[in-house]
Amino acid sequence: MRYSGFRVIAEALTGHKGWKPAWRDPEPQSSYDYIIIGGGGHSLATAYYLAKEFKQARIAVLEKGYLGGGNVGRNTTIIRSNYLLDGNEPFYEFSLKLWEGLEQDFNYNAMVSQRGIINLYHTDAQRDAYTRRGNAMILHGADAELLNRDQVRAMYPFLNFDNARFPIKGALMQRRGGTVRHDAVAWGYARGADMRGVDLIQNCEVIGIRTDNGRVTGVDTTRGFIGAKKVGVAVAGSSSKVMSHVNMRLPMESHVLQAFVSEGLKPLIDGVMTYGAGHFYVSQSDKGGLVFGGDIDGYNSYAQRGNMPVVEDVAEGGMSLMPMIGRARLLRSWGGIMDMSMDGSPIIDRTHIDGLYFNGGWCYGGFKATPASGWCFAHLLATDKPHPTATAYRFDRFRKGLMIDEKGQGAQPNLH
Amino acid sequence: MIINHPLLGPRDAQEFTYLGDAALIDRPDGMSFPDANAAQDAFHDYLYLRDNPAGEHRELWYHEQGDRSWLVVTRNTVTHEITKVELARDVARAKGRSK
Amino acid sequence: MTQENRIKGGQIDRSKTLRFTFDGHPYTGHPGDTLASALLANGVRLMGRSFKYHRPRGPISAGSEEPNAIVELRTGARQEPNTRATVAELFDGLTANSQNRFPSLKFDLMGINDRLSPFFAAGFYYKTFMWPAAFWEKIYEPIIRRAAGLGSLTRQDDPDDYDKGFLHCDILIIGAGPSGLMAALTAGRAGARVILADEDFRMGGRLNAETLTIGNHAGADWAEDTVRTLAQMPNVRLMPRTTVLGAMDHGIYSAVERVSDHLPIPAPGKPRQILWRIYSRQAILAGGATERPIAFENNDRPGIMLAGSLRTYANRYAVAVGDRVAVFTNNDDGLRTATDLQAKGIDIAAVIDTRQEGDLLPGIRHLKGAQVIDSSGRLGLKSITIRHANGRSETLSVNALGVSGGWNPNLNIASHHRGRPVWNEGIHAFTPPTDGPKNLTAAGAAAGALSTHAALTTGAQQANAALEALGLKTHTLDLPKAEDAPLNLTPFWYVHEGKGRAWIDQQNDVTVKDVKLAKQENFTSVEHLKRYTTLGMATDQGKTSNITGLAIMAELTGRTIPQTGTTIYRPPYTPVAMGALGGRSRGHDFKPTRLTPSHKWATEQGAVFVEVGMWLRAQWFPKAGETTWRQSVDREVLQTRASVGICDVTTLGKIDIQGRDAGAFLDRVYANTFSTLPVGKVRYGLMLREDGIVMDDGTTARLGENEWVTTTTTANAVPVFRHMEYVRQCLYPDMDVQLISTTEAWAQFSVAGPNARKLLQKVVDQDISDAAFPYMACANITVCGGLRARLFRISFSGELAYEIAVPTRYGDAMIRELMKAGEDFGAVAYGTESLGVMRVEKGHVAGNELNGQTTALNMGLGKMVSKKKDSIGMVLSQREGLTAEDGLRIVGVKPVDPSQPLTAGSHFLDKGAAATAANDGGWLTSVVYSPHLGCSIALGYLKNGTARIGDRMRAVNLLAKTEVEVELVSPHFFDPEGERLRG
Repeated sequence: MRYSGFRVIAEALTGHKGWKPAWRDPEPQSSYDYIIIGGGGHSLATAYYLAKEFKQARIAVLEKGYLGGGNVGRNTTIIRSNYLLDGNEPFYEFSLKLWEGLEQDFNYNAMVSQRGIINLYHTDAQRDAYTRRGNAMILHGADAELLNRDQVRAMYPFLNFDNARFPIKGALMQRRGGTVRHDAVAWGYARGADMRGVDLIQNCEVIGIRTDNGRVTGVDTTRGFIGAKKVGVAVAGSSSKVMSHVNMRLPMESHVLQAFVSEGLKPLIDGVMTYGAGHFYVSQSDKGGLVFGGDIDGYNSYAQRGNMPVVEDVAEGGMSLMPMIGRARLLRSWGGIMDMSMDGSPIIDRTHIDGLYFNGGWCYGGFKATPASGWCFAHLLATDKPHPTATAYRFDRFRKGLMIDEKGQGAQPNLH
Repeated sequence: MIINHPLLGPRDAQEFTYLGDAALIDRPDGMSFPDANAAQDAFHDYLYLRDNPAGEHRELWYHEQGDRSWLVVTRNTVTHEITKVELARDVARAKGRSK
Repeated sequence: MTQENRIKGGQIDRSKTLRFTFDGHPYTGHPGDTLASALLANGVRLMGRSFKYHRPRGPISAGSEEPNAIVELRTGARQEPNTRATVAELFDGLTANSQNRFPSLKFDLMGINDRLSPFFAAGFYYKTFMWPAAFWEKIYEPIIRRAAGLGSLTRQDDPDDYDKGFLHCDILIIGAGPSGLMAALTAGRAGARVILADEDFRMGGRLNAETLTIGNHAGADWAEDTVRTLAQMPNVRLMPRTTVLGAMDHGIYSAVERVSDHLPIPAPGKPRQILWRIYSRQAILAGGATERPIAFENNDRPGIMLAGSLRTYANRYAVAVGDRVAVFTNNDDGLRTATDLQAKGIDIAAVIDTRQEGDLLPGIRHLKGAQVIDSSGRLGLKSITIRHANGRSETLSVNALGVSGGWNPNLNIASHHRGRPVWNEGIHAFTPPTDGPKNLTAAGAAAGALSTHAALTTGAQQANAALEALGLKTHTLDLPKAEDAPLNLTPFWYVHEGKGRAWIDQQNDVTVKDVKLAKQENFTSVEHLKRYTTLGMATDQGKTSNITGLAIMAELTGRTIPQTGTTIYRPPYTPVAMGALGGRSRGHDFKPTRLTPSHKWATEQGAVFVEVGMWLRAQWFPKAGETTWRQSVDREVLQTRASVGICDVTTLGKIDIQGRDAGAFLDRVYANTFSTLPVGKVRYGLMLREDGIVMDDGTTARLGENEWVTTTTTANAVPVFRHMEYVRQCLYPDMDVQLISTTEAWAQFSVAGPNARKLLQKVVDQDISDAAFPYMACANITVCGGLRARLFRISFSGELAYEIAVPTRYGDAMIRELMKAGEDFGAVAYGTESLGVMRVEKGHVAGNELNGQTTALNMGLGKMVSKKKDSIGMVLSQREGLTAEDGLRIVGVKPVDPSQPLTAGSHFLDKGAAATAANDGGWLTSVVYSPHLGCSIALGYLKNGTARIGDRMRAVNLLAKTEVEVELVSPHFFDPEGERLRG
């Protein structure tokens, strides 16, 4: 069923009786050509592009809970391609380009909204680093602008310009950055994949990966064994758990990231903003809630919940940047589990087992990567070759000293 | 969270700085390998690969806002329950580390 | 107006009258009122508009679960959007305005949405607004954004203060209703340290809202007596107006105390609110239960309320919401509303009871097996339509309707650790999980024990269980007599009849139809239901709607309610002001400010300061007549290089290292070797991370056989010290070495320039001639006739230079002494800018080059990494990716045309090369204006840079669309042979 304004009107006039399920609930078949473990954004996008762009069939997505229940269901919805390093920027720019045509492509309004993102700077050294980064972005075909203090002030006059511990001096801006309605991304991909014959199987947890002679043969699940020629793992947050089925130790730790939303407010903040002197980034949703977050809690955790120090740290950042938000109320918090990798960058690669592929290590930047991650993983699964924009995302980059360390923090996951 | 410091008693975890898996204590000796390749293999595994368990985890915390002790905290990563706190120096010695 | 709906009784203080306004109209009320109760007393039922359809709404509750009656409270910078009128305490002069309406609450143009509701079904926006693609940001979304949102912020800075505090207790009791009070009394009498917190300004919970008795007292009186008793116990802390927000780990609870929200403005010196972290050994959740509605067509009109809230308004606030009232219930508790209101003389039109069985209420028209199927009244309830058991329908003229679908225990906090609530068939509701936070139990209605007797009993029981767990003596109190009536609930979630909309989530306008549509489209998981329909995502967090929504989904999908499950309960329990979470860390107090020892002196000199991490450092020292910073900096640099300059370098990290193994220890933490350093000498050191990347650099001085002092960069003072302690304690636990950070212990000044020695010799007591104190010498010395000090002959500027350290308390005296001693030489003070100019001229790396991504090899310091010994980072620094022949190398950069300025962050491109990533050669890290060379100069990292020295390239800044032709030179612009250092 195709969605359109006309269809919405027609259904409104006929009592909404004609809407079909967004996806089927099929029973798992005995075997598939491709099994994607995980039913989050990246896995659904992988299945979608495998079917649509790479014309593959006999694909299943296995999700232990509900579709879109991973980090695609709990994030701060930001999209951008303002990366510094060669290993990253082409990939994220590819992702941003996919976002730009996504809704028409999968016929679902995910509210991709390019209202711009600004990264504030407060010191000369930050300005120099942003100049370097902005130039790198443009060299890679992305857009970037360096704003001075007055330009920032014209955009957001209510920021703390006059009484700040770390005065705002300017910002790096990417106008094509913005936000996307996160759940709709999962649903749009799920629906698009389902329409192309992908079996989306919920409440089906993978409890083992079977191999024979170094080659994958299928997966054991809570709903029985399912055979597969190729298995792709895209379960960020739980990567180490799933890959432990084949005794792989990964270059990553699982950490909790909290995020927050305020009560609904009349429009204040048009785009996305990150504070350069504290851990705070914010945008305002189309419903009016301020969506904001900060740093990870900083200790290994699978608990999907955090503690007060980070909540307070984020609020302190918010209050020092926008002292008016003292009167606004924090409505909800949530916690997601992040694959924090050893250099802050992801992995999309083969493993030592034939037919077993891995996608993970997204740290807390995986949402914006969703389309390109799906596309590149599908590329790898279908062709056995890395996509040109994802060649650096290899396991062996740590062994070879080819880290992609945007923040320059080294092999300490909680600092990325 | 509250960490029961073996010398100072219960302290808010906010006083501490986290490093990660206590396996970092098991640093290889860089001069003990036949060649650079073997050394790099060993250091790669040591520095980059983690068990990252969902469950009991031995991990290093540093009492930055306190007495500067490095501690090995045994904590469940699913429930956050802490079952043991030791001085990292004692753990290192027990593992045979010295000078 | 005259409080026309005020009746007798209640817990309001009629001796005082409070004036307030709502939407500009003046009203009066009394202490003890909430804004909602006072408005209802004045006959105002319409208090808000819903989010999507802009339906006219009044309060459905008398508590924090309120979805409808939300207002902008106060005006000006203190305006607080989305404030629940049902919990806002009335004060004299209160001003409130309705929100999300235009032009007025009664006549709201956006009410058109209600007429168009068929087009606004759940998730409609996912299916349209896609063509043409560019229209989303330009047309559709701006319209949606303008229409969205509820209340508004004024964009003015919040003028109030917020505090943070920490409390410790044996037992935290959350909620001061009958169970919480009983628990507190039991634990308090037993001598435990108790905190009793309640979100209400009046403790007592439902006892204040009911006419029930405890022992021989009215429930509210018993509560008041008990609170008075507890207040006299020194081991009990009562915290009214305090909401426990969430259960954190290890018995820590966060809570917010609204210290001043009941006042026009906070008293002088008082905060508006306090965020508490409560450290408890045991905790008891006694947070009561929230009533849930039954959904039926047009069940959202002002005047339709939860039945229990209707009697709260009557019993506690002495307000008759209507003078002709009906009750719609599926349980016996709903019947209490009819009997209580009738006893107050209010006309009960009928009790519509979905149950077939049970006794009839005497003296009241009690209709069994009946349902309310519709209502009328655009801005307030006028009538309801009921369907009798026999199928006949009837319209009753009423202006208030109480609805009771049962009670949901307030188990939120018990599920904050993601424990799954347990379905209780007795009360048809979820009760707290069995795997909730450790050492937390539940009592009373929160535990599903709904009767007053059960609340008192379980409160005492759980208090004793907690006492036992703490190893304290239990305490048995005589339990007063109280009602123990069963709920007798027959589940009934929504009226199936009717084509119109029946609301579940009133604020977000989620109706039964939306749940059905979600089912039809296979959004059947509770999480999908929530996310697709927005059920429970409004400011009330679904307190009155979530369970109903999922129960309907359960019915539609043929699953049980426990099979369907709940969404995750997350903190905060109710929305909390951002200001409270931020506390005092805002404005200039966002982070501590660290001042250097010469700060006072520098201020006297009119220095311009700059933030360097937490430090404030002098950036330059303008002199009279200088109009640009460049003039000041050029003068400082030229005079330093011509004669002598002085700079406060205290901010560099300093670590004293002592012990027999100190040298061996330094060999491990630094890539180069220190153990061979003679006593009295200083050596530059390069510290790597284990991954082979440069972590920090600095000098280390050996002041004695076992006495060393290391300096770090300003930014890395803390991480380097932590790292050294890690190496010492975790890797080499038996090394005889001790560390102490002495960054704050010594004031340190750089004295640089050809006359540096002459200047210093005037204050240093010992001979510091070149022979006695050569380049890279160090010593413990004295100054000014005996003050202990440290002297290092090291140079960052490239000049003959020293760093002299004195105990911090002498720092101010020292800068004055040095400047006085320098008068003969025309000594200048220089700031961080000049420091930067001179180090770039000299080719020294600093923060912009040491950015955590670069190796010793990149910096041209590859030879410093000794492979003859093990050190942190030695092995991995040799990986192929870090040792490529054509990798980045540091270079010096000069514009070919000296008049052209360079920009840090510009990238290198070859002449004629297109501006693409493939041609990207590297970037300029640091740019300064060199007064010596008379042009802009830079350091940069360039691919294969060393081999390219002498070439010309372009330094391109695509952000400013500028480019400069540059010459690549040695990074050592100034005195490359280092003759001046040794002068």
